Amino acid sequence: MSVNRKLWAALFLAGLAAPFLIYPVFVMQLLCFALFACAFNLLIGYTGLLSFGHAAFFGGAAYVTGYLVKNAGLTPELGVIVGTLAAGLMGYIFGILTIRRQGIYFAMITLALAQVIYFIALKAPFTGGEDGLQDVPRGMFLGLVDLGHTYHVAGKPLELNLYYFVFIIFCIGFWIIHRAIHSPFGQILKAIRENEPRAISLGYKVERLKLLAFVISASLAGTAGATKSLVFQLASLTDVSWHTSGEVVLMTLLGGLGTVLGPVVGAFTVVALQAELSAFGSWVTVVIGITFVVCVLSFRRGFVGEVLEKIRTRPPKPND
Amino acid sequence: MHLSYQVVLAQLMLGLNIGAFYAILSLGLAVIFGLLNIINFAHGALYMLGAFVALLGYNELGPLLGMPDFHMNYWTALLVAPLVVGSLGVLIEKTMLRRLYKVDHLYGLLLTFGLALILQGVFTNYFNVSGISYNGKPEILRGAVNLKFMMFPTYRLWSIAISLAVCFATWFVIERTKLGSYLRAGTENPSLVQAFGINVPLMITLTYGFGVGMAAFAGVVAAPIYSVSPIMGSELIITVFAVVVIGGMGSIMGSICTGLSLGMLEGLTKVIYPPAANTVIFFMMILVLLVKPEGLFGKEQ
Repeated sequence: MSVNRKLWAALFLAGLAAPFLIYPVFVMQLLCFALFACAFNLLIGYTGLLSFGHAAFFGGAAYVTGYLVKNAGLTPELGVIVGTLAAGLMGYIFGILTIRRQGIYFAMITLALAQVIYFIALKAPFTGGEDGLQDVPRGMFLGLVDLGHTYHVAGKPLELNLYYFVFIIFCIGFWIIHRAIHSPFGQILKAIRENEPRAISLGYKVERLKLLAFVISASLAGTAGATKSLVFQLASLTDVSWHTSGEVVLMTLLGGLGTVLGPVVGAFTVVALQAELSAFGSWVTVVIGITFVVCVLSFRRGFVGEVLEKIRTRPPKPND
Repeated sequence: MHLSYQVVLAQLMLGLNIGAFYAILSLGLAVIFGLLNIINFAHGALYMLGAFVALLGYNELGPLLGMPDFHMNYWTALLVAPLVVGSLGVLIEKTMLRRLYKVDHLYGLLLTFGLALILQGVFTNYFNVSGISYNGKPEILRGAVNLKFMMFPTYRLWSIAISLAVCFATWFVIERTKLGSYLRAGTENPSLVQAFGINVPLMITLTYGFGVGMAAFAGVVAAPIYSVSPIMGSELIITVFAVVVIGGMGSIMGSICTGLSLGMLEGLTKVIYPPAANTVIFFMMILVLLVKPEGLFGKEQ
């Protein structure tokens, strides 16, 4: 087995064992945000597009799924699928409006569009306004497995059904992103990031490819949000607010832009940081802000990026 | 609903007031964007900081100096807040933003986003998010003026007037003076301007200081109208971003005109369909993007 395969196998096993070692809801939260960050990274890390409105897809899907599971009695897997499709559709509309823009222009317009979604979530009759959508049921997976069931292992309550449901969704999402990155499609995206005019001159339909990347990214961000609404049984304004859009940028940046595992590491770090610091009130915001500043000023490759750089530039040993 | 022309005019005037704030904030953003190519995400937080300088100067400065009866008055605050915040801006530019010009401009946006979080977080810790009212409104600006169709608060009239004056003064300096021509040339071709012996890095530093100073100025003007709170900027800034997108990023005149007219549009929406008042600007933005993607006054970069 290659080193790479060993790493994946180890991570997969860690994911299987995680709920027995760490509080499961916390791990599920980590997985949802990690998937969100990975989806976001497909856009910024591999296509060079900084969307500052990704919370719209995350939160939008959370609302759609939450509403349908709660009020239309959809099963959880259908809920997640519909949420994903809804986010994909939103992504398509956003994409058509924004994809011709570059850099800061793109960031600003995605932000402003996301704000429209925020206001809809605030004002629309079905979203619960300031309170959000509460008491979303977890439901029966395929109508067979009760995701709300809690097991008691050694006296500890464990929501194992839900956990493995979330874990499977994460693995599928991560696999799709991994495949996209390592396919010819991903290679072209990288080419667009590095030199767009050249990609155009090579005959690639750059706009269509960027739009496709945007829709995939939006859909998977939606998957993450939809799953999150089942885990916390809640879709709230926070999910669609621009702070969430900012947070996912931080996660990706901190872990490493354009690395496969970076966003996962970044999401784990940020979510863990928030959990650890939650007792300190709004100092969390300050710490997140400082992390941002430090990252941007001296740490632009992120954790995983720095490690990869170390490996890449390590001088060969004499007997190599 | 009773739609008398008085109601409409009253809302238009209030909208003009909001629009004046949009104009002055988006103008500051435009000036900074023009020369630094950075979207200053910290703009809202620095606006908030300006309001807090006025508030703390009035409430806390006296006791701090051992003179319980001393209040930094409104007029002083109008001068001091832009200077304090402007100096902070100079510091930010010199120590942080300067190091980012060589990399992708998006990092500037991310850095200022981090700064905004820090400022907002620190102030939330000390002052909570519920607003504090500012009592330093000068005697001369109290009361109301009879505008024939309505009684309009004197202070609001003043805030419209002073904001517009600052906006047009800025426009004049940038578009009609020699200093302004250096600035505009500096945005086009910094190295060439440098070759003529103009200190471009200094110019950039001062531009940033000036831009955020304007935000602070708007903060002081806003303090007697809105309650002063750590989140006052973060709520406003997103709307101002939309104004900037609609007006055309970096366009001076675009910022002023769009800011004012969108404020009035918001006022009008309050009469016709109140729930949409906060959103109308964003729908406007989508509309403009569909028809004229570079913004009403913008040039494609």
